Amino acid sequence: MGFPLLTVILFFPLLGAIVVWLIPKEKEQLIRWFSIVLSFIPLALSIYLWIAYTRSAGGMQFEEIYNWIPVLKIRYHVGVDGISVPLVFLTSLLSTLSHFYSAYTIKKQVKEYYLFFLLLQMGMYGVFMSLDFVLFYVFWEIGLVPMYFLIGIWGGARREYAAIKFFLYTLIGSVAMLLAILYVYFNVGSFDILEATEKFHLIRPFAANIVPVSLAFWAFFVGFAIKVPSFPFHTWLPDAHTEAPTAGSVILAGILLKLGAYGMVRIALPIFSEAFSYYAWVVGILAVISIVYGAFVCMAQWDLKRLIAYSSVSHMGYVMLGIAAAAFALRMPGKETSAAIALNGAVLQMFNHGIITGGLFFLVGIIYEQAHTRELKAFGGLASKLPTYYGIFAVTGFASLGLPGLAGFWAEFMVFRGAFDIIPIYAVIGAVGIVVTAGYILWKIIQYMFLGTFNEERWGGKLVDMATFEKVTMWPLVLFMFAIGVYPAFIVNLLNDATTALLAKL
Amino acid sequence: MFMFNLLWLIPLFPFTAFVLIVLGANPNKKLSHSLAIGGIGLSWILGWLTFFTAVFTPHFGEHPVRLTFDWFPTGNTWFETGVMIDPLTAIMLFMVPFVCLMIFIYSVGYMGYGTEHVDPRYSRFFAYISLFATGMLGLILADNLLLLFIFWEIMGLCSYLLIGFWFEKKYPDPRQITPKQAGLKAFITTRIGDVIMLLGMLFLYSRVGNLTFEHIFSHETLHMLAEAQVTLPLVGTLPVATVIAILIFGGAVGKSAQFPLHVWLPDAMEGPTPVSALIHAATMVSAGVYLVARMFPLFAAVEHGPQVGVVAFIGAFTALFASTIAVAQNDIKKVLAYSTISQLGYMIAALGIGAYVAGAFHLITHSFFKALLFLGSGSVIIGCHHEQDMMHMGGLRQKMPITFWTFVAGAFALSGFPLITAGFWSKDEILAHAWEGFMHEGVVSWPFYVWLLLTIAAFLTAFYTGRQISLTFLGQPRSHHAEHAHETPHSMTVPLMLLAFFALTLGFAGIPEEIIGHGRNWFHHFVGHEFAATPLSVPVMLLSAVLAVSGLFFGWLVYGRKPLAKGQPDPLVKALGPVHTVLKNKYYFDELYQATVVRGAIGLAELFFKFDNRWVIDPLVNAVGRGGAALASGLYRFFDLPVIDGAVNLAGKVGVALSVALFHFVDMPIIDSAVNLVGRTGAALSAAWDWIDLHIVDGLVNFSGWFTERVGRAFRLIQTGRVQNYALVVVAALILLVAVYLLR
Repeated sequence: MGFPLLTVILFFPLLGAIVVWLIPKEKEQLIRWFSIVLSFIPLALSIYLWIAYTRSAGGMQFEEIYNWIPVLKIRYHVGVDGISVPLVFLTSLLSTLSHFYSAYTIKKQVKEYYLFFLLLQMGMYGVFMSLDFVLFYVFWEIGLVPMYFLIGIWGGARREYAAIKFFLYTLIGSVAMLLAILYVYFNVGSFDILEATEKFHLIRPFAANIVPVSLAFWAFFVGFAIKVPSFPFHTWLPDAHTEAPTAGSVILAGILLKLGAYGMVRIALPIFSEAFSYYAWVVGILAVISIVYGAFVCMAQWDLKRLIAYSSVSHMGYVMLGIAAAAFALRMPGKETSAAIALNGAVLQMFNHGIITGGLFFLVGIIYEQAHTRELKAFGGLASKLPTYYGIFAVTGFASLGLPGLAGFWAEFMVFRGAFDIIPIYAVIGAVGIVVTAGYILWKIIQYMFLGTFNEERWGGKLVDMATFEKVTMWPLVLFMFAIGVYPAFIVNLLNDATTALLAKL
Repeated sequence: MFMFNLLWLIPLFPFTAFVLIVLGANPNKKLSHSLAIGGIGLSWILGWLTFFTAVFTPHFGEHPVRLTFDWFPTGNTWFETGVMIDPLTAIMLFMVPFVCLMIFIYSVGYMGYGTEHVDPRYSRFFAYISLFATGMLGLILADNLLLLFIFWEIMGLCSYLLIGFWFEKKYPDPRQITPKQAGLKAFITTRIGDVIMLLGMLFLYSRVGNLTFEHIFSHETLHMLAEAQVTLPLVGTLPVATVIAILIFGGAVGKSAQFPLHVWLPDAMEGPTPVSALIHAATMVSAGVYLVARMFPLFAAVEHGPQVGVVAFIGAFTALFASTIAVAQNDIKKVLAYSTISQLGYMIAALGIGAYVAGAFHLITHSFFKALLFLGSGSVIIGCHHEQDMMHMGGLRQKMPITFWTFVAGAFALSGFPLITAGFWSKDEILAHAWEGFMHEGVVSWPFYVWLLLTIAAFLTAFYTGRQISLTFLGQPRSHHAEHAHETPHSMTVPLMLLAFFALTLGFAGIPEEIIGHGRNWFHHFVGHEFAATPLSVPVMLLSAVLAVSGLFFGWLVYGRKPLAKGQPDPLVKALGPVHTVLKNKYYFDELYQATVVRGAIGLAELFFKFDNRWVIDPLVNAVGRGGAALASGLYRFFDLPVIDGAVNLAGKVGVALSVALFHFVDMPIIDSAVNLVGRTGAALSAAWDWIDLHIVDGLVNFSGWFTERVGRAFRLIQTGRVQNYALVVVAALILLVAVYLLR
């Protein structure tokens, strides 16, 4: 076995957390810069991982297997394929940017903040790399706890309510998932995810075990759907987002939501393919409701951050729609290409949403730090006074509403392209979301905040354009929005190999 | 042909200008406009070189040129993209970069370069229009529908940004739409069309597996699409080609401002006038027409299918509908805006009834004369110090001679003034084609309605044009601004003259062969070699000539013969009565949409949010939370306290007793003595250790002290301060001890 690349990426943040723990809390500057510099190592390694992943070989690569608790057949088994590689990279990128941005904005309990943040980073890596259920579950839970504290300690006015709501919601999901994991374990006889993918449907064919397999499928699904979050399990999200500190929101929207969607692609779809296909209509309906309903609810918001939080419900709906379409296609011969396109779109949307909505939350933070309000009506005319901020916000906003030439469009296009061939009615209704999205971004955000006249009396001299560190935070994200928008192949290549391989096995 | 290998450079020049202005050149106004004009200038040179190469390439129409590359993977195949040129693209390459260049040059003067009125966002303006030019040039060069759609949307973005360019502007009348609202309205309205188009595109893509024009328009594919049937709920069974065509047409309805999505274009006039000329008259709005022309084989795949009726009806109806509104408008730009909608209706109607060449011809000529008219009106607006109400103008003929004469050239072209204007030839070809269809198919046919509606619209067009010329340029000035009007700078008048030249002469490229001789109708020969030429119809031509002249004459009769005095109302108000009010208010479509679509969407948003936050979901979640809390406190009160605590207390008491006993019988006699022994030994040793301690251990101790403090802090988390917890810990420890002792 060669260099344990994944293990190194995975545990570097933990190492960082230990070192941070040992640094005296008064040395805040040291803690900040140590975390930032340290996070460059997993970032660099994730880039290397992307390059070193051999597309022609496909499948799981960089696998590492060690016995962990042999009695229970629990193993430390990690590995990545074309779906997880970009997500590992996304985790690294957003974490580094969050560390960097927080260095300038987090003033209280710096040490604890970075400690939790680094642990969170490890948890997220773990989920994207784990190929063992127990490992997966452990990392899944590890992600939960630091987030609870990040919201509960560094959050806004209603942080306690939000933190507890977040915790309980996701805990319920986790418990459901744990039971389902045990069910799979007792049937397959191992916690290995890949083994379960191969064997479970042979051991427990859906047709012969409708009730228990359905229960297990729904347990997984609810666990993931809460995290996504899908309607009707989404109401923790606006509260958690609104109260979380900026970087917390970025990570929450950028990566934690992806854990749920990733679980659907990595676990629910391959292991329960028959059940998923059977219930795809429910998933599809939830997806379409999430898209349209989420978009409409955005239009009723007057708090910028809450609006963007709800937009996640809508945008993650596209992910679900793509997955549902792929699941539908399993029972339709001749739709393999459309299924692959839909699933490519879903995974690309996961990545894009991380870049775009992550960026939007940074942008909210940037204005909130100065204005101490997120009330849309309080602003106006910022386009003339803060031209750079306006430019970057506009690009990000347009990327979010799916303007061609920017990242968001491709994912939407692919999801709808796949879904239209498989489940046209869902696609047509979902397309309403595209118009409403343009509505809330241009009407609510751009028009209220940036256009019109600048309120000189209230904001004169108080609001300044983006500082260098804020620009540095945003530039990589903007770069990705353009890069994917112009030449999506550099990422879709990876996804396409993985999704076609995944679908071919089902 | 080597020339064609450089096609992809054409949109790249203005894009480079855009990037350079955004990234660095923007503080320098002169550099910014030089970059923009340089970029589009290069596109123009290359575009015209390409155009003439195409013209002189024998049998060019049969061998379109494509340059492609793989774009992104889709399952087991790749999506291919690239640029291509065929005759339709070639003639667009003649029109678009030239009109763009004229308008870019004109903008230098319009945006006040070198004066104290220079716009504070001057550079930004040139960046936006450069990006726009990229979009339009890319659109006409795209070799597949997806790439076309991408540039289509980029233009939509630029349109949005440029309509709202003066986003601070407010009006005293709150009902008057502001630029920022107009931009939003334009974007959302066209996006409704775009989403419908997107669905059509998805349908096409999923049926054909490809979006490349060459592939879609292959005989087999078209045949397959025409034969395949699809059953739609509420509509019935239709050929797939028909459904796709109608859906794609949705995009054209939005972009080309056709009824019922026409409402955004008049309000788009809130943008700077060069923008109105460039985007909302000459190029972007005609992209909708271009789309239909580009997709023409698909629209024609099912003969006499419902798509024919949809396209022809919407086009013809819009042409008439918009021209009636134009009659009652007083804003110089609003008249032109409705006129644009109406003229676009002509083109759409033409394509609907199969008059491909005529539609494309009118698209080109209209772009020139409408750009000219808008720039002329912009010149008037600047000359009159930003006055836009024609009722406050008058008498500008003497004060602005170049503007006047060029405007007249454009206006006559728009009216279809016979023989010497471009509009006459192109409009006549549409009417002739409709007439010919009517002759073949009889009264109950689309061509007949198209002919009828367009003919009425032709008269109205000439009438409102005559009205506009009279009100603006004839008579005496009716306001202070008009009295002090002045001619505009050369940067504005030179483009006017160049455009006027084309507005008059371009029609000669498409004179029917019956007049000019066989094989001499160049336009038809080049663009529509595979279509039969529209036969000349003398009565139709005479009728349209008479209508054009008489319309202009009536316009002059009402408004020019006895010019309006200052403050005198429009004579039409009295003549038409309530009809005029309806026309003036644009048939109340804005109000209708406001009351239904806009209110409906906002209402739905509020409703869903209440459902989410107040009524159902969150209350449910909170109820579950409270239920859990209640259960917990109930358990605490009725189970935890009496039962478990009782047990714990008992165990505690037992434990205490036990510990006392242990203390007395084990601790004191046995352990203490052992400890004392150790203590004494230690004391003896300690003297020896002293010096080690002093020299070596101190460092370690300091470390451990520091370490302990860390650990202590960590433990502090456990130190909750609740007595029960401590008791529990004590008890647990004791039980453990006892257990270990007994099991030993």
